[in-house]
This record gives sequence, C-alpha cells and structure tokens, in this order.
Amino acid sequence: MGVREAYGETLARLGEVYKDIVVLDADLSGSTKTCIFAKRFPERFFNMGISEQDLMGTAAGLAAAGKIPFVSTFAIFATGRAWEQIRQSIAYSSLNVKIVASHGGITVGDDGGSHQAIEDIALMRHLPNMVVIVPTDAIEMKSIIETIVEYNGPVYVRGSRIKFPIIFDDSYKFEIGKGHVLLKGSDVTIVATGYMVHSSLEAAQRLAQEGIYVEVISMPTIKPLDEVLLLKSAAKTNAVVTVEEHLVTGGLGSAVSEVLSENYPTTLKRIGIRDKFGISGKPKQLLSHFGLTPHNIVEAAKEVLGKKKKRVSLKVVATG
Amino acid sequence: MVAVDQLEDIAKQVRRDTLVMLNRAGSGHTGGSLSSVEILTALFFSKMRHKPLDPLWDQRDRFVLSKGHAAPAFYAVLARCGYFPLEDLVSLRKLGSHLQGHPDCKFTPGVEVSTGSLGQGLSMANGISLALKLDGKPSRVYVLLGDGEVQEGQIWEAAMSAAHYKLDNLCAILDHNHLQIDGTVEEVMNIEPLSDKWRAFGWKVFNINGHDYAQILTAFDKAERTKGQPSIIIAETIKGKGVSFFENKVEYHGVAPTDEELERALRELEFDSQRG
Repeated sequence: MGVREAYGETLARLGEVYKDIVVLDADLSGSTKTCIFAKRFPERFFNMGISEQDLMGTAAGLAAAGKIPFVSTFAIFATGRAWEQIRQSIAYSSLNVKIVASHGGITVGDDGGSHQAIEDIALMRHLPNMVVIVPTDAIEMKSIIETIVEYNGPVYVRGSRIKFPIIFDDSYKFEIGKGHVLLKGSDVTIVATGYMVHSSLEAAQRLAQEGIYVEVISMPTIKPLDEVLLLKSAAKTNAVVTVEEHLVTGGLGSAVSEVLSENYPTTLKRIGIRDKFGISGKPKQLLSHFGLTPHNIVEAAKEVLGKKKKRVSLKVVATG
Repeated sequence: MVAVDQLEDIAKQVRRDTLVMLNRAGSGHTGGSLSSVEILTALFFSKMRHKPLDPLWDQRDRFVLSKGHAAPAFYAVLARCGYFPLEDLVSLRKLGSHLQGHPDCKFTPGVEVSTGSLGQGLSMANGISLALKLDGKPSRVYVLLGDGEVQEGQIWEAAMSAAHYKLDNLCAILDHNHLQIDGTVEEVMNIEPLSDKWRAFGWKVFNINGHDYAQILTAFDKAERTKGQPSIIIAETIKGKGVSFFENKVEYHGVAPTDEELERALRELEFDSQRG
C-alpha cells in the first residue's frame, strides 16, 4: 500500500469517529485519495474545484468555526499556489487545518518539473506555528493521520505519488517531533526522510559490507526537528549525511545543518537537489539523474568519513 | 432594535474614535475606515445577534472584515459595543496592544478571523458559513469587502464557491468608495460592471447608499430572506465620509490625521451633531 492509499483509508475510517472532520480537495481527489472519504461522507466533503487559494481560505473558515479540515491537493499547488493563504489565513492564527499533500518530490515522474514540488518543505518549514511531516511508509502515514487529528494546530504532511516499501510493523506509533534510529552504527550518521529512508537503508547495507557502520535515522518530522536524537548521534559519529527528495536548501538538510552548526559543528554532507528544477522521466531515472540513489549515499558517507579522519589526524598533528 | 437616530449618534462617536485612534497611532487607513462606519454600526448595533460579553456565544452571527485595513472603525465599533474598554482604542498599532494594525483573532475579542492581506476574507467567511450549515445553526455570516479588494483573483474563486454551495446564510457587503491607493478604482483596474459580475457568479445583488441606515437595514433583511444563493450588498460610499477635507481624497487612503487635521475634523463632527 502507498502512503496516499494509507491516507485516504485512514481518513475515511477516522471520519466515523470524528464527526468534525471535513475534507477539501481541488479536483484531485482521485489522486490524493480523499475520494474514499468523499464517497463515505459526501456531506462533509467539499470539492473546491481548481482554486487552491480559495481551498485554503475555506479550510481556514471551517477551522475557525470548530471543524477539523483536512485539505489535499498536489504538494506544489498546496504550498506554492496557496502559500500566502496558508500564511495569512491559517498559520498566522494557528488554525487547526491539516494540509495533507500528495505528489511531493521528483518521483512524481513523467509530469515533469512543473508538477514536482522540490521546495514545499522549505516553504512550510518557514511558517511559524506550522508542523512539517514526511511519512516513511504507509504504516507511518496511517499513524501520522491518527496523531495529527488529535493535535490542535496547522500541520503539513508531504505525501508522494510512488509506493514506498513497508519498514514499520502494525504496532508502530508516530509521535510529532520524534525521529527513529533504524540502524545503529558509529562511523557516520545518515539522517533521511520520506523515500530516501529506504535508499539510506540500502546504502547502509552496502557500506556494512565494506566494514563501514552507519547509523540510519528516519526523521519523519522536519519541524519541530528531533534535535536531541540528532545531537546524540552526531556526538557519537562526528560525521553526518542528510538525504531528502527536496532542494538541499530549506528542507531537512538545512534543518540538520542549523542544529549542528549551533550546537555541535560536525562534518556534514547534504544529499538533495542542488538549485535545479525537476524534469520528466521515470522516478528511478530521476533519482539517478539528481544523485539521490543508494550509490550516492554510499559515496557521501565515505566522503564525510574521510573528512572526519583527516580532521582527527590534523588534530593529532596539531596537539602532538 | 436601535432607532436610526441613535445609530447616527453612534456613527458620529465611532468616527470621532476612529480619527483619534489614527492620530494617536500616527499611521493607518483613514479613508476606508470612515466609508465603512454606517455599515459596521448597522451590523453590530442593529442587525447581528451577538453578545459582547460572551464573544464566542454559540448562536452568534459572524462578521469578517475582509478589508482588514478598516480595522480602526471596526475596533471602535467593537469597543462601543462593549467587547473591550474604550480606553484600549488609543493603543492601536502600539507594541503590546491587542489592537494590531490589521485584525488579529489571536488578540482581540470579537474578531473571528485574522485579515489584512486583501482577498482572503470571503473564502474564510464561506468556510464559516459551510460549518454553520453542517451544524444546522441559524447564525448568519457577514463579510465586508473593499472595492479595490475585488481585483484579487481569490475573491472570484470564493464568489464561485459561495454560489456553488448555495450559501444563503452568507451576506457580503462591498464598500464601494471608488478609491484605492494609487488612484480611482476605475483608473487603476476597472472592476465594472460590478453588479453584473456578481449576478453572473450566481449572487443576489442589492444596490444601496452605504451611508443611509434605512437602506442598509432593509438590504440586510432582504438578504436574510434570500434563499438558495448568497447575497451581496453593493454599498455606494464616500471615502473619508464625515470629514469634508478627507472626503473623496485618494491621498487619505493610508494616512492618519495630523493634530491640526484631527482638531478640525472633530470640530466638524461636533458641529454636525449639534446641527443634527
């Protein structure tokens, strides 16, 4: 099951329990999977047509009147087209609106750069009051939706078009602001989010074969970031790689850099898209084109490990 | 129900409050505040069901100031109703005040949603109207738009939605004072034919003089009786209304009265009230 399907089914199930849930979409309910809720609760589903600004504003009004609106469309239209509506009408008053977007990142694929949100995490992370979440698999997505429905305030969840492998079991419980160590290691810390968690686990396996043991941290909440977990791991490994299907500016890589720079300056490499828009292609081809493969992660891990060793030896020379 | 002559007295007080607030703040929007005074007082002192001492009263009618820059007049009306002390008014725009430059629901009782960035209030009013309908509540929703504001594309998205969802519990009022920052609305970006546009979008349109209480109150009642579609009252107004040297002056859109101007303006309003 993909994260979209997990969202749609969880939302429809929660609709039975939470009578104040209302769902809004902008003509993409088949893709975002809000169509499942729409079918079960037509009176609480509002298709706003292709008008994202009005979509966000209407959700704000519904929240101001006590409803729990879940708003869905593609990530680029939600966060880009309606950014100022999210800022002024939702985040400014900390209204209880849940923006659950699909089609984040370049793995949107064939539709091309116009439809690939590579800056959405940055756009949402820079809004005061906004919580920013990226699911790792369908099970986590289900738990995310169950969690945020109980949280009072604006939340952005970035879903994807492609299906992710499942890594968590049914007992998994998501918590806002909590990351997870998926694999323990002491040579390098890899912090990843979304689909890149899976690529990082694959990279970790390859590195282990070469005798390099990396710690893989899944960071589903980009804001607020799990600083404690990050700093603990960085203090152990002294070398960090961040991996995200997003620009290296403004997203996970930036968030991690900020925390490390202020608290524990560490050798760091950010993997992500560097100042480029997406292009058409198959998801796998695009990941390779933009340098987001397990191979790229392996190379980055070796790079920071090399820098760390050089630093240590320089220190030895200096003090010796 | 408050009699029309009482409403006129309240309007004069609100104008005086507004001018003093703006003068003390040293900045703010004089023209568009003064053009809205009769509309705001008619709503809060006559038409709307609300309880100033219980701002979140479940059965209240709702008001959204989409043209958020008319905040001074809105705050003066809220204070005169009793939402907060009149003394607070002179803290407008000052650090630590609950009276922000544009309405902020986090701080000010009686403010339903935060506004200020033009074009966003109608969508929020629609959302509130939808929620009230879902809950089967009889409350009505009022939203005040500026005429320059309807140049925003989101207004027309929201205009479509309100008609699509048959929001007959919603009544928009358009403060048609014909001026915006850079000049006349006609020069800057023509919005006419305004009534035809709203009609074409599926709204019931009422055209009135926005400074005439009898016309304003009759239009509110007619809007309330309109079923199956949202209503808009296009209110012809005068920017800067009530102070002769501010009236129809584009340069007083975003400028506060100086001490000298305030004195002259208050004298004019005083003279009017003695005459009236």
